[in-house]
Amino acid sequence: MLTFRLFMLQRVTALIMAPLVLGHLAVMVYAIRGGLSTGAILSRTQGSLPWAIFYGTFVVAVSIHAAIGVRVIAAEIFHMRGLLLNALSWALCAFLLFAGLRAVLSVTAL
Amino acid sequence: MSSDTKTLDVSVWRGDSAGGKFERFQVPNQQSQTILDVVVWIQQKIDPTLAYRYACRVGMCGSCAMMVNGEPRWTCRTHVLKVIRDNRIEVAPLRNLPVIKDLATDMDPFFTKWVKAEGVFHPTSSRDDDIVKVNPSSDDRILADAAIECINCAVCYASCDTVQGNPEYLGPAALNRAWTLVNDEKDGKRADILDAVSQRGGCHNCHSQGSCAKFCPNELSPITSIAGLKRETIKSFFKGR
Repeated sequence: MLTFRLFMLQRVTALIMAPLVLGHLAVMVYAIRGGLSTGAILSRTQGSLPWAIFYGTFVVAVSIHAAIGVRVIAAEIFHMRGLLLNALSWALCAFLLFAGLRAVLSVTAL
Repeated sequence: MSSDTKTLDVSVWRGDSAGGKFERFQVPNQQSQTILDVVVWIQQKIDPTLAYRYACRVGMCGSCAMMVNGEPRWTCRTHVLKVIRDNRIEVAPLRNLPVIKDLATDMDPFFTKWVKAEGVFHPTSSRDDDIVKVNPSSDDRILADAAIECINCAVCYASCDTVQGNPEYLGPAALNRAWTLVNDEKDGKRADILDAVSQRGGCHNCHSQGSCAKFCPNELSPITSIAGLKRETIKSFFKGR
């Protein structure tokens, strides 16, 4: 169920996610080893455009990547096709975007 | 994996596209017996209505492939001793293809996909032109040669879980053939082939599970050919072709 366009989109989003995951892991290790409190972390992220872009980009990439992956599983395992398959893919993408961007906003907005 | 008893317990799938069931036969256990020998013996000695397909009996024509104990195999080159389990053998028609009758499958979808993948030679010269010399040690020719000994047996097609989940998928054999033509300097439609394998059901649907390479009786690696097609289509994409 993968067209070339979806294949490329999934590969490109994977390429975007890879360094961001490494960055996120590095941040986690730094925050825990340094013993940063929740307040200390929020004081660094709130109002920070770089962190909003960092995690916002990750959320967008994940939403597209995961929706395409689930689309393939739904088609091949559950034999979903046509409108239902498109609706599922878009709905999952929209849900992940909404939930992810909401989380990003809550830690980066002032 | 040995069989010391005098008879083999053989289950053969009987039926057609509407459905069917396994039928059991007792077949004499003989030395150097292949699965095709067993099927032929049943048809000649017990039930002449048993339908199956074979031609050369020496692993060249690719027409005798069947599911043997759940795995696709070329039956003329598969020894009973190699596959028997508890003195039992189960023979069924190839997976992922419609059944015509008993062990004979309809190969139309398989070969239609070869054409759909542009797995046909596109000549660049006519019979009036001189024969084009091909350097056997060129990089492209080495890639083509590695994939060219396909006998169209459809074992890879039957082994492919992606074909099972996505009937539109062109399958390992057609894509492997397309890859040989992409690397054939005599073929004149490389871009058309890359375009054909990039459509719905094209090479990008492959999950790289590798069943095709595992089961190919000629030890080809369609998964490597498909990876090559993916690579070339991506290159073409970034070059704007």
